[in-house]
Amino acid sequence: MNIIAYLDFNKNELKKVAFEVATLANQIKSQTNANIFAIGINVDTEKANELKDYGIEKLINIKSDLLDKYSSDAIANSLFQFAQSINPDLLIFPANSHGLELAPRIAAKFNAGYVSDVIDLIDDNGNLYFKKPVYAGKSIITTQIKSSVKVISIRPNVFTAKKNPTNSLDIQNFESNISINEVKAKVIDINKNIGKLDVKEADIIVSGGRGMKAAEHFNLIEELASVLGAATGASRAVVDDGWRPHSEQVGQTGKTVSPTLYIACGISGAIQHLAGMSTSKYIFAINKDKDAPIFKVADYGLVGDVFDILPKLTEEIKKIKG
Amino acid sequence: MNILVAISRVPDTTTKIIVGSDGKTIDNNNVKFILNPYDEFALEEALRLKEKNGGNVTAISVGNDLNTETLRNALAMGADNAVLIRAEGEFDSYFVAKNIADYAAKSNPDIIFLGKQSIDFDSLQLPSYLAEFLNLPLVTIVTKIDINGNEVTAEREIEGGKEIVSTTLPCIFSAQKGLNNPRYPKLPDIMKAKKKPIEEIQAISIDNLIEIIKMEIPSRSRLNKIFGNTDEDIQNVVKLLHEEAKVI
Ligand SMILES: Cc1cc2nc3c(=O)[nH]c(=O)nc-3n(C[C@H](O)[C@H](O)[C@H](O)COP(=O)(O)OP(=O)(O)OC[C@H]3O[C@@H](n4cnc5c(N)ncnc54)[C@H](O)[C@@H]3O)c2cc1C
Repeated sequence: MNIIAYLDFNKNELKKVAFEVATLANQIKSQTNANIFAIGINVDTEKANELKDYGIEKLINIKSDLLDKYSSDAIANSLFQFAQSINPDLLIFPANSHGLELAPRIAAKFNAGYVSDVIDLIDDNGNLYFKKPVYAGKSIITTQIKSSVKVISIRPNVFTAKKNPTNSLDIQNFESNISINEVKAKVIDINKNIGKLDVKEADIIVSGGRGMKAAEHFNLIEELASVLGAATGASRAVVDDGWRPHSEQVGQTGKTVSPTLYIACGISGAIQHLAGMSTSKYIFAINKDKDAPIFKVADYGLVGDVFDILPKLTEEIKKIKG
Repeated sequence: MNILVAISRVPDTTTKIIVGSDGKTIDNNNVKFILNPYDEFALEEALRLKEKNGGNVTAISVGNDLNTETLRNALAMGADNAVLIRAEGEFDSYFVAKNIADYAAKSNPDIIFLGKQSIDFDSLQLPSYLAEFLNLPLVTIVTKIDINGNEVTAEREIEGGKEIVSTTLPCIFSAQKGLNNPRYPKLPDIMKAKKKPIEEIQAISIDNLIEIIKMEIPSRSRLNKIFGNTDEDIQNVVKLLHEEAKVI
């Protein structure tokens, strides 16, 4: 069995989700004796050494000047060139903004079935089944891919990256032979939200809702987030009111998140909000209404006024953090 | 400028999902269906481009009679034409993409718009499939589009920021929230939409590549340790987060 593990590793940008993809590939390898081909693009070989901690022994470094800036067509074409040469059985991508574009492209090229946003994999004597949330996490389907080549993307933060050190990493360069005409859409600039952690990538999220009463009170949310090293999130109500940016909205028409800890402050827990965060490992709610639906899904809760509780909570946590 | 907008029909966001008797799909009884919210952003952007540059907007959907209702919503918002690709039974995104691509290959639109994802299966795969089948440029999850002649600059949302993407028409966009504020159809337009013809095409049949084995409702039992608001309560929760959950 040949597995391609697409790491979304470009130059020296190696994100946590790359280690999660590597961990899953290794988990399958340990059961089926598979070969893993991890993929990076124009990688910094020094940085690549970090992959050794996660059981990667072979990295295919796809090289081309045309891939210096992200372009989903150019990357998909290059990756397909390599992939065809090894006859892959399974290709794993991260379900992030790049992987979600690339995975279905590769699936189309191979005429392969594709399951996105996979949260669990079951190996029943070599038959692979993939679990995926649907209806914004209100239900989960178990699927089987009928084509011989199978493509999946995995939800970040779900498959915990496990250290599994190897002694050596073999980096093989693969010169992509694409032409400029294959770069049909390309990134010309990136605007980073400076100093802000994204809800999709955060271990802890502190979210505020209409109970925060006004945009300026979100400093209480930000202070708690800063002490915890957390990202800040929001309900749709406060995004629609313009208090917070769209990128922070959690829910059915916002981001679906699975952090280790989700702290909901002044959020009622409407079904569309719950859809986006119900797979969080722990949920902690602060709301003045003891009957708010959010408490039904909470592990921990404080019934009271956010303006009274948040400053004290931040102080208490500071004490622990030392 | 001719624009094709792919439309899907999805359960209303307030729907409580109940698994149907086959154990694989949802029980549709008492479920209200709506036009996929992300498709509204796509359609709105298409309508604005048409209003600025002329041309026409065609809404297309793969499904059965029930989808005509959804297509009528698109007509009420302002789409000029509607096309139903008739297909019965269960089909996957690959099937939908092949059928829409087949139509687009004949009508050659300048732009194909889709919602970022359809809020039933949340797969985000249709835009990429179309780009591959039609060999067209693609920008997904867009929050801003500037078109100048054939030159396109678009902003797409990524983790922790935005990518600015350059491309050319004809191309495919998938719309993210924030792109615009979709209009509400006015009553006279809703009435008019009821009388507009809907073109029908028989779907080309393609074997599904994905099979659903079962559907379940996730059951997560929560600790449900709820306290008041005294200083002691706050200290208690912090202690539990630290020692019991070990998350801080
Ligand atoms: C098509 C559609 C899609 C949607 N998608 C989303 C989505 O993606 N995400 C989303 O979040 N919503 C979504 N919604 C909206 C959703 O239905 C709710 O309206 C929204 O989540 C409510 O936000 P909220 O909890 O901040 O506000 P509210 O429901 O108004 O709740 C405010 C809460 O704050 C509490 N509160 C007030 N004052 C205080 C105080 N001083 N201290 C402590 N607590 C206080 C109140 O008790 C209340 O529980 C969608 C709706 C539709 C129709």
